[in-house]
Amino acid sequence: MKTVGIEAEYNQPISTSDLPPKEKQPQILRALLEQDPYLKFEDPLEHDMVLNMGPSHPATHGVLRLLVRLDGETVISVVPEVGYLHRGYEKIAENETYHEFITHTDRLDYLQPLHNNVAYILAVEKLLGLEVPPRAQYLRTLISELARISSHLVAMGVMTMDVGAMTLLLWCFREREKLYDIFDLIAGARFTTSYTRIGGLAQDISDESIAAVKAFIDQFPDRLEEAERLINRNRIFFDRCRGVGVISKEDALAWGFTGPNLRGSGVDHDLRKDRPYLVYDQMDFDVPIETEGDALARYYVRLAELRESIKIVQQCLEKMPKGPIHADDPKKVLPRKEEVYTRMEELIHDFMIVNFGVNPPAGEVYHAVESSKGHLGFYIVSKEGEGHPWRLKIRSPSFCNIQVLPKLIKGHLLSDIVTIIGSIDPVLGEADK
Amino acid sequence: MADTTHTMNEALSPIIDELKAKFGENIQDVSTFRDDTIVKVSREAIVEIVTYLRDNTTVPFPLCEDVFGIDTFERKNRFQVNYHFWSVEKKVRIHLKVEVDERDPHLPSIVGVFPGANWYEREAYDMIGVFFDNHPDHRRAYMPEDYEYYPLRKDFPMMGVPGSIPLPKRS
Repeated sequence: MKTVGIEAEYNQPISTSDLPPKEKQPQILRALLEQDPYLKFEDPLEHDMVLNMGPSHPATHGVLRLLVRLDGETVISVVPEVGYLHRGYEKIAENETYHEFITHTDRLDYLQPLHNNVAYILAVEKLLGLEVPPRAQYLRTLISELARISSHLVAMGVMTMDVGAMTLLLWCFREREKLYDIFDLIAGARFTTSYTRIGGLAQDISDESIAAVKAFIDQFPDRLEEAERLINRNRIFFDRCRGVGVISKEDALAWGFTGPNLRGSGVDHDLRKDRPYLVYDQMDFDVPIETEGDALARYYVRLAELRESIKIVQQCLEKMPKGPIHADDPKKVLPRKEEVYTRMEELIHDFMIVNFGVNPPAGEVYHAVESSKGHLGFYIVSKEGEGHPWRLKIRSPSFCNIQVLPKLIKGHLLSDIVTIIGSIDPVLGEADK
Repeated sequence: MADTTHTMNEALSPIIDELKAKFGENIQDVSTFRDDTIVKVSREAIVEIVTYLRDNTTVPFPLCEDVFGIDTFERKNRFQVNYHFWSVEKKVRIHLKVEVDERDPHLPSIVGVFPGANWYEREAYDMIGVFFDNHPDHRRAYMPEDYEYYPLRKDFPMMGVPGSIPLPKRS
């Protein structure tokens, strides 16, 4: 057996007796070895191994790296490492105006760019004290829920693929493809949408888009039922997921779980209900809860949330009023392009907003929304007379969810790791910022 | 919906009163912007205050949402560390703020109270360079472990420091 270099990039399991001496070990390896061994070794010299998983591994949902300590096939301890996709968005935000940062929010949680746009813009508008017209609020609610559906579809499909059900992944991606076509109609881009603006949205929704959304939600429940027939009574899926990665209600809270993962442990908490933003207080929907706290429970919560999202989308389409989609505040809201070209006042405002930013009052605000992963919050510190944030902190739910992995994985088999990662649904673009 | 007023959430006032009565001097300031109430507390008492927030029965805060640092770039008390807590029962959020001076950038870790604060504190250390005493796993979160700068400090250039991350040797 070869010994481990300082980079510790190896794909073969290495016996712990072949590791370099303690002072030459990288910190992550020391952190792994110093964790409490959860189990007793049968024969430490032969079975105690260290295995590196990721950062480029298909089942880690991106660039998550896990350093795993094994006894045979049982995981004794595990240390996750993030940062392979760290782009320094918080630093970038400090050097850009509030408008410019909208495009970067697309790249945070790349499974639901529209929702990130909304989450960020709500924090900025809270700082500015800006109220957007009802039509814009309904539209934002609509796109948030569509984004949630597309994100949950990937979560479901990828989790089931991780435990061996390839068909559902293709079915989910088929549905997601339809959604992305709708995003293309609504925002003008399938993926990097950048759809929101301070005080409104980039453009109004067309009748064609509304028809497409209607067509999608009319056929989607049937497709969902098909998927359920395939999976929900599948013996292999149940055996792989039931009782795997169990976390109790108290632990889930203490470790900072939010979103579907928290509700899978039986905590009734959803920011859409508990602290309604946008028009969620006028929507009729339920918060699905499961009490088992295992991978299966988290899967069921997501499945049920898809149905609730459809309900919300339907109500949005029914109740959406006509009217403007921009707030009436020329000093904060970008004017329409045709007005910029023809009128003096608008030209001046456009110049000031683009070059110097929107100049919010000095203060600190925090606004969190219920994204498909959990609390997605933006904390903005602004200074008087500056068009860019002094500090912008992204509270990314995936980062907090990944740190629970060691607790969930300990004591399970190596093959259960992929089930557990799939069930907490991390997105590394968001965890790494 | 949106409001430009600064009023404290009603559900918060009993716990703020209790904190003031119990910790006295250690509660330095209570301010509200929009509906976010920030309680400035002293560094020495942070662990006790956080424990009290979790265990009290008036407004219990079982969920630690985030811990992060701010570089204010002031001469005195350069760094601030913010904490968010969410009360599932009363549906309200509280923010704590601790000021840390640059010459002694240490503060006690709250991982003993909220295990979930582990990675938040690692991230704050990684980005701002404040040290959390008694942290069980005080490693960098994002940057390489031998990296010597703190990227979110205001004196760190936007484009990075050339040569600060050496490329691996050709083999």
